[in-house]
Formats: sequence, structure tokens, C-alpha cells
Amino acid sequence: MEIFEYSFMQRALIGALITGLIAPALGIYLVQRRLALIGDGIGHIALTGVGLGLLTGSAPVLTAVIVAAAGAVAVELVRQRGRASGDIALALLFYGGISGGVFLVALSAGRTNANLTAYLFGSPLTTTSTDLVVMAVLGGLVLAVTLLLRPWLFAICHDEEYARVAGLPVRALNLLLAVTTAVTVTVAMRAVGLLLVSALMVVPVATAQLVTRGFRSTMYLAMAIGVLASALGVGIAGVYDTAPGATIILVAIAAFALLATGLGVVRGWRRRHPVAAA
Amino acid sequence: MSRANDNSAVAPSADSRVTKPIDGTPIVEVRGATVAYDRTPVLIDVDLRVSAREVVAILGPNGSGKSTLVKAILGLAPLVAGSVALFGATGSAIRRHRHRIGYVPQRLGAGSGVPATVGEVVASGRLARRGLGLPRRADREAVARAIAAVGLAHRRHDPVSALSGGQQQRVLIARALAAEPDLLVLDEPTAGVDAASQDAFADALRAFAAGGGTVLLVAHELGPLQPLVTRAVVIHSGRIAHDGAVPEPTGYHALPGHDHVHPHARDDRTGIWGPGWDE
Repeated sequence: MEIFEYSFMQRALIGALITGLIAPALGIYLVQRRLALIGDGIGHIALTGVGLGLLTGSAPVLTAVIVAAAGAVAVELVRQRGRASGDIALALLFYGGISGGVFLVALSAGRTNANLTAYLFGSPLTTTSTDLVVMAVLGGLVLAVTLLLRPWLFAICHDEEYARVAGLPVRALNLLLAVTTAVTVTVAMRAVGLLLVSALMVVPVATAQLVTRGFRSTMYLAMAIGVLASALGVGIAGVYDTAPGATIILVAIAAFALLATGLGVVRGWRRRHPVAAA
Repeated sequence: MSRANDNSAVAPSADSRVTKPIDGTPIVEVRGATVAYDRTPVLIDVDLRVSAREVVAILGPNGSGKSTLVKAILGLAPLVAGSVALFGATGSAIRRHRHRIGYVPQRLGAGSGVPATVGEVVASGRLARRGLGLPRRADREAVARAIAAVGLAHRRHDPVSALSGGQQQRVLIARALAAEPDLLVLDEPTAGVDAASQDAFADALRAFAAGGGTVLLVAHELGPLQPLVTRAVVIHSGRIAHDGAVPEPTGYHALPGHDHVHPHARDDRTGIWGPGWDE
């Protein structure tokens, strides 16, 4: 594809690949906990960080990481309480986050030419070399946590009560996972945007677990699917001039739909032809 | 329940892998424990001592507080009053002994949205022993032994969700055994479990007890575990109604083949079991 001869396309591709690799690596823990949509909420909160950055003239990525991490810790504290009112508390936090972000970005409109859509839905084609360095460093941190601490994070997400009885540092691991979620959201912000980041955390995992039997294999396959969807999405967006973030997510969802349908057909055929299958 | 005065008999051993507590020293010591949910007391002023190598069954009807007692011992239910000592340690000092506890919950919680193999779940039970870092050979062997002990070696690479309820329950006991604990705590481990799994359970527990382990198990009915139990504690309405030999089974609990090794049975046994036992 000659389109990748342009350096802005190369940067877009690298950024998308980093995102596609780390979002499912983190997302698998959220899915395991049945908190698949938490990433979306953290994305909402991160927008306030973006707004603060634009308003104060600091790097929006930096302020987004800080605010999103604070928000993720707050979400974790709400989750630990486990009360019915937790739902309401999360709603306040998430909608407060996104409206605060919109409010602050609008307030800073006179000072920057940043546009809200770029942060909400991604703008990988504007990725700078500096952006890439930041994404690579933060992405490396996310990978280190999610891969090296997999047994421990698996244990607390699989059965938190057991982990507590066994004396694992449950609280510290929970907070680490919360902060890592926030970092992942911020890294993904450039490629797919804050409103679509959760999709890249969840959809590749959902696709992988259609065919996998274990946690580790699900994780690796989901990461591969995330990378492929990101590469293909950026490629399609470059050729057909579509919105890259949305294209990446649609490719990921299409992969899920194709695999689910294919498996359904195969299993149906096996049921009707049990001898041939055996 | 006597509040014995030899509480200090246990010196926390530096390396429990080598040193098992000697006989007669309390592994679990509960004193005056009271637990309340929303101000309603469910456990009232309970005393319980479990010594090394004992296999203690906590019996009682549904809602009697028997599971709450176990949760209080494990630190999962906060005490309103009283104290819990494990391996001679109390409060935050218990943390240093947590890797010596193997806990088998009633069933796996909801947190399993992603497939996990039998091997992965059982290996998670080893983490408390293993510490940070890569698994060593001893860790892998302990995991393999634990899976074999519950008769699931051939299912090691299968997803837990593909197993029957009884087999899933066996995975949970293997997870607890993987830590090579000194104390096994089981909360209704055989409730709704098929006969083959109950027998596998009994075998695993027998081997654990024979190796010098201490067992505390909550049960509604003992089934094939009965011959293993050395002492029974019956909870009724949040209080201990009986502490001693295993009460004689009545009604359909008197299964054929039941071994009458407890010659203590008296006419007051229906009072021990209390109304509603067979609900």
C-alpha cells in the first residue's frame, strides 16, 4: 500500500498498532471482572483532563493521564464499597467528567484550535513524533503491568475474595489496575478517541474468547486481533478517507461478527452430521 | 467452650513449609466473636478453638450463622466484638500467615467472564506461596499434585466452564491445596455436588488430614466426609449449640453403610440438630 509512504500515515499506523496491542491486554481484566464498560467511563473522565490541559496550556495527554487516573481510583473505591448506590456514583463521575471536558474545551476555544471531535473520536493522522514517543513509553508501561503481573491480576479479577483470604495485596493490585486502565485510555485517545477506546478494550477479547479455552491464550489472541484490526482500520481509512478511529472499531466488530457466524455455521453442521465430525 | 489459657503456646513459625504446628496448639482461636449485618446479630459471642490436625465440621441449619463464623475467621466478615487468632496471630499480624490458609468457597464467584483453564485457576492458588517472580519447579509440581489429588489431571487444559458443577468444586479445592496450606477452610464444599465428586473430595481431604493438615469445614450434611470428621460444632441461631463428637444422623441422613463410630448418640440429638435442619 503506497499510502504508507507518507510519514503521517506511518505515524498514524504506529500509534494505532500500539493502541491495538495494549487496549485488549488491559481490557481482558475488565471483561473478566464483568466491568467491560468501565473503560468507557474512564474515557469520559479523561476528557476533563484534556480540557484542563488545553485551558492551562499544558500537554493534554499529561493532564488527561492525571485526571483519568484520579477518576479510575475513585471508580475503584466505589466498586470496593459495592453498594447499590455505586451505580449512581459512577453516573455522576462519568457524566460530570464528559460535561466538564466539553465545558473546559469550549472555554479554551479562543486559545487553541484544538477540536473536541479529535479527542472524542481520535485523529491518528495528526499524530506527531512526540506523541508517538509518549504513546510508546506509556504503552510499554501498560504492557509491563498487564503481562508481567498477569497471574496476580488474573487472581484478583477471577476471585477477589479468595485472593484476599490468601493474603495477596488485593488493594494495591486493584489500584494498579485502575491506574493502568487510565493510562491505556489516554494512550488510545489519539488513535480511536475517548468514546471508542472501550470498544478496543472489549471487542478483541470477546472475539478471541469465541475460540480460546484459557485466559492466557485469550489474552494473546485478543492482542493479535487488536493489532490486526488497527492496522487494517488505518489502511482502509487512508485509502477510502474514512474516520480512522471508527473504521478500526468497525473492523474489530466485523471480525467478531464473522467469527461468531462462522462458528455458528460449523457447529450447526456438526450437529447435523455427527458422524462426519467425529 | 473453655477459654483455655494456653493461647501463647503457638510461636509463629518462621517457615511453615518446614515446621508444622505441633499437636494441641490452636490453629484457630475465636473468642467472644459477634458479627452483625445491618445491626442484626447473626453470630453471638462464639468461642471456638481448633487445634492442629483436627478435622472440625461446623454444622447447622440454613441461616444459623455457620458460614458467617467461617467468614469471620477468614477476615471476610467484620467482628463487632471479640477476636480471631490464626496460628497464634491476631489483627494485621494474621497477614503473615495467610499463605498457610487454603480456602474453598461455596462456589466460584461471578468474576469469570473470560475462559480460564483448570490449570490456570489452580495455579492462582499457588501465588500466595510463590511470591513475585516466575514459578519455580516446586510451584509447578505443587499445582500438578493438587490437580491430581482431586482427580482432574486429564482435564487440566480444559476451560473450567466446560466442567460439571461437582468438577468445578473440585477445581476450587485443588486451588486451595496448591498453596500447600496448613489449614483448609471449606464452606459447604459438597452442597449440590455429584457422588463421584463427593468421593473425590473425601479422598483429597483424607490425604490432606493424613499429611498433618487441619480442616475446618462448614456443612449442611456430611455425606462421605463424615468418617473424616474428628469433631462437630453445631451452630444454632448464631450460637454454638453443641461442640464435641459428631451427632448421630437422623432421618435420611442415616444412610446405609454409615459407620457407627460415634457411640455418644443420645435421645437429645433432635434438640442438637434443631428444627428446620432438614429444610
